[in-house]
Amino acid sequence: MLLSAIIFLPLAGAVVILLGLNDPKKVRLWAVFIGFVELVLGFLCFYLFQTADIDLKDGMELVEKYEKWIPVLNIQYHLGVDGLSAPLVLLTSLLGFCSIVASLNIQLRIKEYFMWLLILQSAVMGVFISLDFVLFFIFWELELLPMYFLISIWGSGRKEYSAMKFVIFTLLGSAFMLVSILGLYFSTGSFSIIALPALVSEAKLFMPAGTMFAFLFLAFAVKLPVWPVHTWLPDAHTDAPTAVSVMLAGVLLKMGGYGMIRLAIGIFPGEAQDWAWVIATLAVISVLYGAVCTVRQTDLKKLVAFSSVSHMGYVLLGISSVVGVGGSVSSVGLTGAAMQMFTHGTITGLLFLVVGLIYDRAHTRHIPDLGGLASNMPFVGVAFLVAGLASLGLPGTSGFIAELLVFLGTFEVWPIITTLSVFAIVLTAGYILWMIQRTFFGPAISRLDEVGDVSLVQAVPLVILMVSIMVVGLYPSIISDAFALGLEPIMESLQTGARS
Amino acid sequence: MTEMMAWSIFLLPLFAFIFISLVIRPFLNGYDRVSGYVAIVAVAIGFVLSIQSVLEVWNNHGKIVWPSHSWITVGSLELSVGILMDPLTAIMLVVVSGVSLMVLIYSQGYMHGDPGYSRYFAYISLFTASMIGLVLAGNIIQIYFFWELVGLCSYLLIGFWFHKPSAIAAAKKAFLVTRLGDFGFLLAILYLFANGGEIFAANASEFTGAGMSGSVFDISSVNFAAKSGFFAGSIATLVALGIFAGAVGKSAQFPLHVWLPDAMEGPTPVSALIHAATMVVAGIFLVARFFPLFEVSSTAMSFVAITGGVTALFAASMGLVMYDIKRVLAYSTVSQLGFMMLALGIGAYGPAIFHLFTHAFFKALLFLGSGSVNHATGTFDMRYMGGLKKHMPWTYYTFLIGSLSIAGIFPLAGFWSKDEIIAASLHHPDAIQIVVAIMALVAAFMTAFYMFRALFMTFHGEFRGGIAAEPDSGADSHDVHLEESPAVMVLPMVILAIPAIVAGFLFNPVIDGGIGSIPQYWFSKMLNMVDHVYVKGHPIDFFAASISSIIAVSGIGLAYLIYIRKSVNTSTIIDGEFSYMTGPVYKLIFRKYFFDELYEGKITIALFYNGVARLIDWCDRNIVDRIGNVIGFFGRNSGKVVTTLETGQVQIYGVGMSVGIVSILIVFVVWG
Repeated sequence: MLLSAIIFLPLAGAVVILLGLNDPKKVRLWAVFIGFVELVLGFLCFYLFQTADIDLKDGMELVEKYEKWIPVLNIQYHLGVDGLSAPLVLLTSLLGFCSIVASLNIQLRIKEYFMWLLILQSAVMGVFISLDFVLFFIFWELELLPMYFLISIWGSGRKEYSAMKFVIFTLLGSAFMLVSILGLYFSTGSFSIIALPALVSEAKLFMPAGTMFAFLFLAFAVKLPVWPVHTWLPDAHTDAPTAVSVMLAGVLLKMGGYGMIRLAIGIFPGEAQDWAWVIATLAVISVLYGAVCTVRQTDLKKLVAFSSVSHMGYVLLGISSVVGVGGSVSSVGLTGAAMQMFTHGTITGLLFLVVGLIYDRAHTRHIPDLGGLASNMPFVGVAFLVAGLASLGLPGTSGFIAELLVFLGTFEVWPIITTLSVFAIVLTAGYILWMIQRTFFGPAISRLDEVGDVSLVQAVPLVILMVSIMVVGLYPSIISDAFALGLEPIMESLQTGARS
Repeated sequence: MTEMMAWSIFLLPLFAFIFISLVIRPFLNGYDRVSGYVAIVAVAIGFVLSIQSVLEVWNNHGKIVWPSHSWITVGSLELSVGILMDPLTAIMLVVVSGVSLMVLIYSQGYMHGDPGYSRYFAYISLFTASMIGLVLAGNIIQIYFFWELVGLCSYLLIGFWFHKPSAIAAAKKAFLVTRLGDFGFLLAILYLFANGGEIFAANASEFTGAGMSGSVFDISSVNFAAKSGFFAGSIATLVALGIFAGAVGKSAQFPLHVWLPDAMEGPTPVSALIHAATMVVAGIFLVARFFPLFEVSSTAMSFVAITGGVTALFAASMGLVMYDIKRVLAYSTVSQLGFMMLALGIGAYGPAIFHLFTHAFFKALLFLGSGSVNHATGTFDMRYMGGLKKHMPWTYYTFLIGSLSIAGIFPLAGFWSKDEIIAASLHHPDAIQIVVAIMALVAAFMTAFYMFRALFMTFHGEFRGGIAAEPDSGADSHDVHLEESPAVMVLPMVILAIPAIVAGFLFNPVIDGGIGSIPQYWFSKMLNMVDHVYVKGHPIDFFAASISSIIAVSGIGLAYLIYIRKSVNTSTIIDGEFSYMTGPVYKLIFRKYFFDELYEGKITIALFYNGVARLIDWCDRNIVDRIGNVIGFFGRNSGKVVTTLETGQVQIYGVGMSVGIVSILIVFVVWG
């Protein structure tokens, strides 16, 4: 029941807000309460997964299955977590709580806002936990609804445009995914995410496997995002309210990476290996192109958004190592990709939180108008520095170990492409330090004299994320062991197709 | 000595950092003096333990082996943490903790009253911990880990006064330029992992036989593999050159030397500790750490030697013309690091580390001296100093000792170590050695000259007003206090002056049992204990010693003629008879060969920021994004057809998409 609770608790919380709560104070308190319980459940789920006896054949824990949900189509209510999803559930509960706390200063249509935010969390949890492809798809689509309203009502700038762009891009991807889902169903008669890899390898396929893989890949590539379908991201991130940017960058992008590893590669390992050179090429373009675009940005939020394109490129780079070399595939690259997803969630979440705090106080995100904030907001300055250093992959933070694993795993497979990607560590250091220099350092600007540091409540999410960045940075096994375990079934299926 | 004792050399300053930043700074900011005491106690215990390690290593004939501990395991990849305790490590421990201790004591005076007093001691503690972590590291990932952390500390300390735009710009520059070198270092690690795995697996039994872990990342194993000839030439060359790229960045070698002079924006004790005595020698340490690997590749060795030689010469030439005393010392540091690198490149491992050892003391001393001078005059510009000898005798005499030592005057420390390098370069001359020997000798002449130019301009003649005389400073005579610095500042200088005199003949004596019970060539012998290290055997080379002494004395003599006797009027360089020749040369050197303009103005801003980046950014907005909007346009228009009937928006797109899906499916049904 734990997993159902994790998915439906926020939804139930939203229903309670809708039906019963009108006082803004009560709504806030209730949302924080739900977020906190969800956080506890997230930790509980991760803890139970870590301590359970793992059956390697399947790897799924805490399974809940109701086979006769829609028996006519063999659609089942099937939930479970393995090493790949358990850390992402933890991440979602972590960032969900942080974004609720960071939203306490929202003044506009409070009731609806928290309702949508909670529904969003339910949807994302559902994506990570579902083991039935239809269920997965429902949650995947459900996530669009709250996002659309959150951006277009509580956002800033060209918010309607950005919200619509986000929805259209994702829907475009979803359409391709749906074709693949149906193709798989007509080939195997199953929607089971666990059973599909084995069934597909034996079944007579209704559609060419390469096409189905490409459609799945495209759907997840939009979400990750991958160049050239990344253009929705800077707009959506920039115009969304702070907490939504945190969720978007921190968790929603990971749906793309998760889907790519679990579904696109999990079901079609051979096709993924055939197309690995395309994946690697797109990865290096995303990494470098994203980094170069980031350098030019003058809007603080847009800068962080573009840096996400570059950093999610590392996820794709790690994925491209699936083709292997010398007759075997190492799990280092994929584990690195998964680690990069987790770590990017906490790091970029923290960056967006800080940017939001700056915007609330200084009323601008235009970098040339900022400067010298460190003396007025030292605590935020520390948080920004920690997030920035983690983003540029400083050892001791989680950013370092994730990037290192990706590079170690990919270099022997794609030496030139990886070499080019490694150069991004210089570019990243450049834009991060320049950003910090222009906002927090230098002489204080008199216009910003009134700007103050955070309150105790606002400091809570900053502290949570800083601690998780450091803990994973110093003791990465806590997460990486889970990922490595979860990737084992996929690794097995990849061995046969390894490039010699 | 237990492993825990070795770890505590690292952990104590780390705990000091954590304690200061989480307890003292937030809650006890009124008692910020405590931060200093905490840091000093932590490092002082570490210093005692470091000396203990040297003795233990000596008594254990070179090596103490502790098995490493697993940090993270992914598939077949295992990263671990461990300690490599050998003579090089032990010597570096003494240098790092010793200089750090002196700097911490001195900083109590220098940083007195600074609002960031606690923050300063926190940073220095973190730096000391990182540097010790780097030195202790048993594997290359661990080295890289701390390598980056010392880079961070350097960034934080150069930018310590973060309200100063020049300070924070210098901090960023230091981090970025060294990161460029780290790019090569990281590639070397990746290349080693990708190509070394098979080699190591094939020879697994040999590693076990030698009592090594046989991991690709393990330093001892890599060196053992190199020495046993497991590496084909190209692997060794590529890995060595990548590692060297990291060293070039950190040790400010040509052409990545540009960050070090700017790093002088940080507090002066920081310059003494980080940018003179410890962090910048990390590059030398790194090459020394993997010396057997370098020795396999003659290409890599020649590259190291030439880079070192060019750096030694090139940096010394810029030291000749600077007016800022800290910049003179900064270029001097770059030049001396070049000396060490040059020595490594010609195979003189022992002399290089010996010079690193002596240099740490006299260079730290010189920087602390410049800080003391600044404390009194408020400026670093030597044009506004002069005549300080009588006001600050302690500073003067310690500075004089440092200058004599670095110039290489018998019998001070610098004489012995520099002589060993020059002797080694003259020893078995081949083409490269002859070239670098000439470079070394010219650089040695320049060193003697610019140090005494600095000494004479600062301490001799008449006082020229200090900060109050400096145009645009906004300061007046109240900012100038012509008096000796407080005891907490003088004491460390006096203590450092002792090794600046004796470290040469005391630790590497040329005669047996002459001084105390220290054996002949003790330092070299200890380094030589680890069998893989080749140290040139050398009785004292009188030929080399005489040449380098003559050169040093003539450099000092020339400085004397120009700055004391005023026999030569230097202004003729710019407007004299031959100024059409000498003027441009002077300008070229004074403007630092225009490297800053090239790197920042031409490459970073013009070529990258306003060129490539601007183009790509433009393409993103106007081409890639447009294509995306075309998709949106179709979506919107196909929606419009249906919106005439309905009012919703998102749902409509859903309908549109469903229609699309069905049509795609139909195509497949028909086709399949």
